[in-house]
Amino acid sequence: MKRQFLFDGRPVPFDEGQTILQAARAAGHYIPHLCWHPDFPPHGSCKLCTVKVGGRHVSSCAFPAREGMEVESDTPEINAERRALLQMLFVEGNHFCPGCEKSGNCQLQALAYDLEMTTPRFPHFYPDRPVDASHPDVLLDFNRCIFCELCVRASREVDGKNVFALGGRGLGKHLVVNAETGRLADTTLAADDLAANICPVGVILKKRVGFAVPIGERTYDAEPIHVHAMERDT
Amino acid sequence: MTEPSAQEKRPEPARLRIATASLAGCFGCHMSLLDIDERIFELAAKVEFDRSPLTDIKHCGPCDIGLIEGGVCNAENVHVLREFRRNCKTLVAVGACAINGGLPAQRNHLDVGACLQEVYCYREGLDGAGVPDDPELPLLLDKVRPIHEVVRVDYFLPGCPPSGDAIWKFLSDLVAGRTPRLPYALMHFD
Repeated sequence: MKRQFLFDGRPVPFDEGQTILQAARAAGHYIPHLCWHPDFPPHGSCKLCTVKVGGRHVSSCAFPAREGMEVESDTPEINAERRALLQMLFVEGNHFCPGCEKSGNCQLQALAYDLEMTTPRFPHFYPDRPVDASHPDVLLDFNRCIFCELCVRASREVDGKNVFALGGRGLGKHLVVNAETGRLADTTLAADDLAANICPVGVILKKRVGFAVPIGERTYDAEPIHVHAMERDT
Repeated sequence: MTEPSAQEKRPEPARLRIATASLAGCFGCHMSLLDIDERIFELAAKVEFDRSPLTDIKHCGPCDIGLIEGGVCNAENVHVLREFRRNCKTLVAVGACAINGGLPAQRNHLDVGACLQEVYCYREGLDGAGVPDDPELPLLLDKVRPIHEVVRVDYFLPGCPPSGDAIWKFLSDLVAGRTPRLPYALMHFD
């Protein structure tokens, strides 16, 4: 008989080596996440996938599933903590949704909708992060970076180009473009690279296609992220 | 002549008083309030409007609900916002500017003095002009702030602007004494 654990009171089977998030998804249960992607090892940075196991808060993307464990995920307590994490992400950057091309297709925004976040609540940082529009096909707006490293991992592990990296620490952490000039135009990034298409927020945007789909008809306008993500395995 | 029935004698319930104001915003949220269309008659039967651009009353008195659109960008905005907080039992931040500063806050990474110089001194055709300094002009703040960074806010109604349907759902809940809640389809930041 396959081993199993309890996820919000329901039995979830798992294979040896699977994390809580992997096993839960395989069983059809969505756990909110931003930095996790099925094609890459867990990163554990956004903490949106936090669940409670035996009274402890753990990142479900990195925590291995174990026989008989009781996992709490979709509870008022855990969702309130996820909402607070989202609120912190919103105030640490400049997330002006009405002026963002990614609005409606943005996973950060979609999670805020799903978790009923109506306000960022905390004082805003309003950081100063100039955009890089030097590349002919791709625009970088650093104001929205949440440091998930998906572009870094995609560029390194799939595209084989190492175009992006994270530099600095704490409040000084920032996305770095690996070129002597620091400009995207001086890298080998191409618009069809995975790194140019994986950003869950509106940092890496393709030029000349913004607003092609009207507001109201975009991905998460149509269905919540918890439905969309389970259908499309992202 | 017949006596009026008990139901006819019953006094009308006191109507809720609502005040609205626009701070650093575009009045789009007020336009959206008008987008509730004919439902405004249903609303008018239940509420009275105090200070509002719709009534042109300049200062609000004691109110049940205060709706504020726009962020805080100058000293007058602070004054108006504090007057609302003092007078309104329930204060609602309406729209992106009131909630996170919105479009006006996109000047926040710039020096406000340099902004004024750029607009009033260095543009072509403005030879000899200077930054307006009439004492009646409210002093600009160095940053545009969402209203919850200045006063306590009870509820937030997101959107740029929130749709007429979202405003209607929100106000209907509030006027009926329910905790306002937007269904997924009405929850938008843009």
